Amino acid sequence: MINRSLMLKLLSGLIVFGAWEIAGRVPISYAFPTFLESMAALARMTFDGTIFVAYGETLRPLVVGVAISAVFGIGIGLWIGLSKQFEWLFSPIFIVMQAAPLAALIPILVMIYGIGLTSKVFVVCIMAMPVIVLNTASAVRNTPVSLKEMATSFLAADRDVLLKIILPAASPVIFSGLRLGVSAGFIGAILSELKITPTGVGDIITYSRSIADYPSMYAAIFSIILLAVLFLNLLEKLENILFEGNNRGYVSD
Amino acid sequence: MSQIKPDARQAIPATDSAVSVRNVSKVYGDVQALKDLTLDFPRGELTSLLGPSGCGKTTLLKIIAGLLPATSGEVLINGRAVTGPGPDRSFVFQDFALMPWATVLRNVAFGLELRGVAKSEREAVAEKYIAAVGLAGFEQKYPHQLSGGMRQRVGLARALSVKAEVLLLDEPFSAVDEQTRRKFQEDMLELVQNEKKTFIFVTHSIEEAVYVSDQIAILLPRPSRVSEIIRPASFRDKGVANIRRDPEYLDIVDRIWASLRNYVE
Repeated sequence: MINRSLMLKLLSGLIVFGAWEIAGRVPISYAFPTFLESMAALARMTFDGTIFVAYGETLRPLVVGVAISAVFGIGIGLWIGLSKQFEWLFSPIFIVMQAAPLAALIPILVMIYGIGLTSKVFVVCIMAMPVIVLNTASAVRNTPVSLKEMATSFLAADRDVLLKIILPAASPVIFSGLRLGVSAGFIGAILSELKITPTGVGDIITYSRSIADYPSMYAAIFSIILLAVLFLNLLEKLENILFEGNNRGYVSD
Repeated sequence: MSQIKPDARQAIPATDSAVSVRNVSKVYGDVQALKDLTLDFPRGELTSLLGPSGCGKTTLLKIIAGLLPATSGEVLINGRAVTGPGPDRSFVFQDFALMPWATVLRNVAFGLELRGVAKSEREAVAEKYIAAVGLAGFEQKYPHQLSGGMRQRVGLARALSVKAEVLLLDEPFSAVDEQTRRKFQEDMLELVQNEKKTFIFVTHSIEEAVYVSDQIAILLPRPSRVSEIIRPASFRDKGVANIRRDPEYLDIVDRIWASLRNYVE
């Protein structure tokens, strides 16, 4: 069975990359390189170290922003989920944040915080935080009542109910919020490098495009997608290790 | 010795009750769920609360558990008034209330975990009760890997492992299939014999109540009050296999149905 699922993954990779290769060879546009050209460019950038320098630059706002969003997002989400007052106070802010067109807000951020790291971290947070907050809040609010009653009847303190019932029960939805938040954070990090100042991977994309080195541009885009997918898989592994019984859903009847 | 606590000796009533419900009322908004309800639960016996749906039997059980506050009146456990959940009572839930992320072992030991009992000690106790309810070998399984009946056995083992004096069971067998249910009922009789605890058992099944109970309290709805208390006398010692064809058993089942039928819509 494991071999079969691995086969299917390889097959779907083959189809996608094959289609890319063919589309590049036709070619559908002069600005669209083949898969092999892009991979060659990626290998070249990997061996001369450009890509690592670029990620050193890009990952800084990304990691800082995602870390802030995860910690504060889950914290604020818990608070909103537990208290009706805080729901009234905070919930609208995050709904507006989620709906706002980020590109339009970037000039305001640059005016306030300049073109440095702070603005970029802000962009990542604005992208990542709302979905983490809103998912956490709704997960906490939907904790099964009978589990909370069970803990109370067995003499759980409020702290025990929070740590041993509400958090583990909410963890599947919190983690799905984290996954969405992290992928939005990746978008935010690249967007900030394209819109604020071209650094890191955003710089490779902008620069290669300006000198018509399309294979390098697509290689950079491909690498960021690859990194995002790897990171999301890692997050899923972490969840399965932390809450083993949860991955097959709830048992109530 | 007899000179030391004369008052305490006098205070023990003729029939010793572990739990006494005194004039309890419960109002939800403008709905009167329980009205001036008084009931005694004899020590070491199993008392069923039986009645049509909406008669407030689960509400009464949760008030005894300390999960719900009574609007007026009081519940006494060994003479002490209930103000919240306590170590003297444990609860078995209708929907099992097992933590899906925890193994059978951790679920059963959870009550002791919350009391701060050391890991090795509480797991030893939990293993003993897992074996007692017939789930030896399933300690490391997760709830989703068990059948409905087995899940409720986990719930029962959890309630037993905290060694509470009073066991509160809220329609514990309503979510399991008929055959498992009959086995459970037989096991219940054995449990009452062996464990020397006071059992309070909520059910909507007349046969089940008559089969397992030493005392049956019939509750009538809107607002809920105790209409009758029945104590089966003769068939308890005749063996689990003979109860269902005992004439007294059949008479009591008929009598209860006659008084409840007007309240079933």
